[in-house]
Amino acid sequence: MCLAIPGRISQISQGVVGFPVGTVDFDGVAREVGLAFVPEATVGDYVIVHAGFAISKIDEGEAMQTLALLRQLRDQTWPAGQAPALPDSEPPITSP
Amino acid sequence: MSEERIILAHGSGGRLSHELVERVFLPHLGSEPLRQLNDAATLALPPGRLAFTTDAFVVKPLFFRGGDIGRLAVCGTVNDLATAGARPLYLSAAFVVEEGLPLTTLERVAAGMAAAAAEAGVVIVTGDTKVVERGSADGLFVTTAGVGTISAGQDIAGQNARPGDAVIITGSLGDHGIAVISAREGLSFSTEIASDVAPLNHLVAEMLASGEVHALRDPTRGGLATTLNEIAGQSSVGVLLREDHLPIHAGVKAACELLGFDPLYVANEGKMVAFVAARDVEAVLRRLRQLPYGAEAAIIGEAVAEPRGRVLLRTTIGGTRVVDMLAGELLPRIC
Amino acid sequence: MRYLDEFRDPELARVLVAAIRAEMGDRPLRLMEVCGSHTVAIFRSGVRQLLGGSVELLSGPGCPVCVTAQRDIDHALALAAAPGVTLATFGDMIKVPGARGSLQQARAAGADVRVVYAATDALRFAEANPSRQVVFLGIGFETTAPTVAASLLEARQRRVSNYYVFSVHKLVPPALRALLASGEVQLDGLILPGHVSAIIGEAPYRFLSTDYRLPAVITGFEPLDILRSILDLARLARSARPAVVNQYGRAVRQDGNPAALEAMAAAFSASVAEWRGLGSIPGSGLRPRSEFAAHDAALAFPVDVPASREPAGCACGRVLRGATKPPECPLFAVACTPERPVGPCMVSAEGACTAYYAYGRA
Repeated sequence: MCLAIPGRISQISQGVVGFPVGTVDFDGVAREVGLAFVPEATVGDYVIVHAGFAISKIDEGEAMQTLALLRQLRDQTWPAGQAPALPDSEPPITSP
Repeated sequence: MSEERIILAHGSGGRLSHELVERVFLPHLGSEPLRQLNDAATLALPPGRLAFTTDAFVVKPLFFRGGDIGRLAVCGTVNDLATAGARPLYLSAAFVVEEGLPLTTLERVAAGMAAAAAEAGVVIVTGDTKVVERGSADGLFVTTAGVGTISAGQDIAGQNARPGDAVIITGSLGDHGIAVISAREGLSFSTEIASDVAPLNHLVAEMLASGEVHALRDPTRGGLATTLNEIAGQSSVGVLLREDHLPIHAGVKAACELLGFDPLYVANEGKMVAFVAARDVEAVLRRLRQLPYGAEAAIIGEAVAEPRGRVLLRTTIGGTRVVDMLAGELLPRIC
Repeated sequence: MRYLDEFRDPELARVLVAAIRAEMGDRPLRLMEVCGSHTVAIFRSGVRQLLGGSVELLSGPGCPVCVTAQRDIDHALALAAAPGVTLATFGDMIKVPGARGSLQQARAAGADVRVVYAATDALRFAEANPSRQVVFLGIGFETTAPTVAASLLEARQRRVSNYYVFSVHKLVPPALRALLASGEVQLDGLILPGHVSAIIGEAPYRFLSTDYRLPAVITGFEPLDILRSILDLARLARSARPAVVNQYGRAVRQDGNPAALEAMAAAFSASVAEWRGLGSIPGSGLRPRSEFAAHDAALAFPVDVPASREPAGCACGRVLRGATKPPECPLFAVACTPERPVGPCMVSAEGACTAYYAYGRA
């Protein structure tokens, strides 16, 4: 429905009055992005970009919390170092 | 006119045509046969079966980071000959030039071809130029043909891959396709990614000398996925790839995420994929990694008996999915 | 890439798959992923194969290309053929077959059709080419509509009179309501579109719990996001405790994106819209407001649109409602393939049929 990719704001310029734009860097690929929908974002912030516009500012805390909860689930259900085997043991293909 | 441009008369065959050859082509591509200005080059070929290929080049824009249509034309032809296990020897080049193209553009293209030919150790022995009205050729089209000889004992073909073969890629995926699309206006994203366009005949010769190679191909348009589906079909073997072993530069991954592309389908112009006998794979890999165009070579999977004619990918998270041939055109998408 | 790779960790994925399997009851969990990007992510990441038979995943009406009605495609084709018009579009719409061929074929026949990455790129093209009448084909849901709204607002402010939008934008909540009201498909839960939710927030989904007692989870697009939401849905379904849960907190705020909603409301008003597979749904489309009539391609270019009919035998409508799986369509992979698509679900890279054809056929 909507491909949107996280990138880091590397520069903000005024653009047309009322339509702020900036440069967002995606691991070495940079593109001009409309920032009208993330008024609170500043240089160094990560934003999610869709069709040339930042549609959301990434909440670092939420991201870390999500990962922490998953690691907690792992450590609760699998004693240290015994998480389920990695793919090699998996049969190559089953029809979906 | 401040900048000298191609006019229709340059294609008339008369004085301006000769001037064009002498001023633009011969300074860069002045091989002995070409200097004779005959209609055909006469060549003596060493013994062995003959390999013969032809190609057309319509890349837009004509110049992109890491290469140009001239370098692309020579490398594409040389690499096609190399995939037959042949030693490339002689090339032809024909130019369809649009009225109004600046002469300096043609000179830059000729220079690009000369440099690539010198690096590959091949000679451009015959050529032609035609001029067409403005608006009917998009600047410049280049067509080539190439011949080379196959030394005895070489039997490399798309049909020869066997279950148990290791699949090796000689370097990173998707660099050419992303370098070209990022240079195209309208998509306006800037990147340092350069095309990988390179002549691989020397690399292939080293690879063949260091182990038993059954099948070999350069994954150009349609990307690695399309090439592997072709070979899997020709050899009626399955191919199982490992997503986490695929060498892809960070910038190419980012551009593919941005545009909605799968890197497996993005064009390469300086890579080979090889099906190598399992016992030789370490030796071949070690040799490749000592070569300039093989530094990032990697084992990315293996040929398997089943499912016949299909390519599968073991994904990063350990699931498995089918990798089909490219359907349609790679276009940036939002969903 | 930051905020992508961390959510593709293989070990955590295995932990989640094991946890999902442990939650399974006597029959597989029946879930609908509303969004086409989820359909592709589920296939491409290998989640579908890893879950195997424990979860049945149905594609929903969330691929903007697939839900575009045949009549709107033919209207866009007619606009592309109008004299002096340059039709700018996202790459997604190029191959969609109309009554008389696709935009790709219209371009081959001489129409000026250009692929752009953003509506504002089309606006820049219009400014640079005053002699052309530039019509941007506005497809997409609440994620895309604000970006097109911004192009309209800028065009009016800077008086770019040769820039128009042909809006076939659609809204997700009304479509979900229509889908569930039909009662055609029994579901245990909904995987909600993460990026639409980044714009509209949680409130518009409340009716899923209150009116249909259906668990629904706002979901990101990486494997760990999808697997975690499936685990949540399994637990919510088992405890029969319907709720709308936001599992994509790093990108989705409870009240969505006020600035984007404001821009959308400033340029568009809700209207009746024709959906392929769901028919006509009041208040489910977006039209440029009257102040933007001068930029509304539907008004500016009266073109005759041929009577359109669905391709014979095409089950895309039922596939979009999750009532049929692509392999059950009589045309699938026989008369209808990515090279010669009959229905839009085989055209869009996000269409369920494309995903099944490319990734599913082992």
